Amino acid sequence: MSVDKETVAKIANLARIEVSDNELENTMGELNNILDWVEQLSEVNTDGIEAMTSVVAADLPLREDKITDGGYREEVIKNAPLAEHGFFAVPKVIE
Amino acid sequence: MRDLTKLTLSAARDALHKKDISAAELTEAHLRAIDDASELNAYIEVTADKAMDMAVGADKMINAGNAHGMTGIPIGIKDLYCTKGVHSQSSSHILDGFKPEYESTVTSNLWADGAVMLGKTNQDEFAMGSSNENSHYGPVKNPWRADKKNGDLSDKNTVPGGSSGGSAAAVAADTSIAATGTDTGGSIRQPASFTGLVGLKPTYGRCSRWGMIAFASSLDQAGPLTKTVRDAAIMMESMAGYDPKDSTSTNIPVPNYEAALTGDIRGLKVGIPREYRVDGMPNGIETLWSQGIDWLKDAGAEIIDISLPHTKYALPTYYIVAPAECSSNLARYDGVKYGLRVNGDSLDDMYKKTRAAGFGDEVKRRILIGTYVLSAGYYDAYYLKAQRVRTLIANDFKLAYEKCDVILTPTAPSAAFNLGEKVSDPLSMYLNDVFTVPASLAGLPGISVPAGLNSQGLPLGLQLIGQAFGEEQLLAVADVLECAAGFKAKPKKWWGDKS
Repeated sequence: MSVDKETVAKIANLARIEVSDNELENTMGELNNILDWVEQLSEVNTDGIEAMTSVVAADLPLREDKITDGGYREEVIKNAPLAEHGFFAVPKVIE
Repeated sequence: MRDLTKLTLSAARDALHKKDISAAELTEAHLRAIDDASELNAYIEVTADKAMDMAVGADKMINAGNAHGMTGIPIGIKDLYCTKGVHSQSSSHILDGFKPEYESTVTSNLWADGAVMLGKTNQDEFAMGSSNENSHYGPVKNPWRADKKNGDLSDKNTVPGGSSGGSAAAVAADTSIAATGTDTGGSIRQPASFTGLVGLKPTYGRCSRWGMIAFASSLDQAGPLTKTVRDAAIMMESMAGYDPKDSTSTNIPVPNYEAALTGDIRGLKVGIPREYRVDGMPNGIETLWSQGIDWLKDAGAEIIDISLPHTKYALPTYYIVAPAECSSNLARYDGVKYGLRVNGDSLDDMYKKTRAAGFGDEVKRRILIGTYVLSAGYYDAYYLKAQRVRTLIANDFKLAYEKCDVILTPTAPSAAFNLGEKVSDPLSMYLNDVFTVPASLAGLPGISVPAGLNSQGLPLGLQLIGQAFGEEQLLAVADVLECAAGFKAKPKKWWGDKS
């Protein structure tokens, strides 16, 4: 399977990365090189093989459903590029 | 006066405990060495004042009789670890100005034992790379340069490997006694091999990942880069442990790793996987591997031929699984919560412009691949297929460990290459991790031990792969291998003050 320019543009949009029209060609070539190379996995017979979900057999630990953390809004927003009134601030989304 | 930067971690610890030296003078010596080696670009930020404060604290601990193995030991911390109030950007532009309000569990463990932070070390951006050329802060130079035919040192720079290249260069140049690294597909072991150091990636779950900037969460592990196997044992003990804040960390006690270094490996079965003989591998590596086999045999180990039939599929599997996880993990960098923001016409436009400007080429490439293999219609063909092959790779190791205790392989398919040599060919860069990726996919511990020099005088490492949570046995064999190899070479100094 290989990707065309249109597909690269679609993926870039899904990933929210701006890729200019003149970068598309080059990016498409790079992605296809990698996709061609990983294609060799299709030779491997994986019928009846379970997909790996965890490398180390372990049960996820459970804890009581209690609030154990929080209460420091200032620290949370301290690194924000823009914060107003104790909130993260973003460009206007509602007209 | 003797040069305190030449000390190994264990020698420094012994000298500190006997009060032959103070943590303050040990730290000062390393801060001077960092200044002198600035052209290596191994450190992104030097925390000199903090280091001296921590050293004074360590001296108090020692005087009060509360010394641990790491007390007073000055170390470098990979930029990927969150350190409170200190530069922590995983060498990315997109985290510009980010200073965490919290401390990672692994570094907290080290500070609780009295270790001293010298600064944050350079790395490939978000740990994606094998040469440390993908950093927003520029490439790191390996202290090792090749010898020319006439025996003079080449003036060409080599890469320190990656992604923990800054940590490796810092220790190899004697500007820190040890350093933390992280390993997703070989990012501790391959730089260790390129710089003549010991690099240990423990079993997945041995260290907490809390506060480590995530790349591929099912693979990322913390580990030490050190001058000796004993040093790795001491540092590992401090870094490891269960953490309720990381649900994938394993709740079993941390052993005394140093006590495992008995020097006795008689009767131990060492597996040699035939699939690790790859085409085009330089003769020097093949020869060194055979030598390693002989060294372990002479020490009383039994050598067993084994097969890991799915080895050749490990790299393509990794380059589906790791980008998939990275595309998900790196979705958090959106110009809202921290770091860089590039304004746009709308919220979406701001996201896109921020991520286009903030991520480097390799990171973008992996996010795009990851987004594609996880997208509707391709998930089964790529991601699920790769996770199935990953099961087969893990099963290969399970079967092998019915016949042997540890596995011996080369660490990397070459010695350090020249800066700029592979930067335009992503696929050839990926092949660097051919011997380290399989153990990562299976979650197993691996260690690289410096074993010799190639014909150009550049270091080469051998890798031992252990069983899950078999770090004690792994370190015991590594110690014997290190002893037999007798690697004592140091890079010839071409940087800073040459007197």
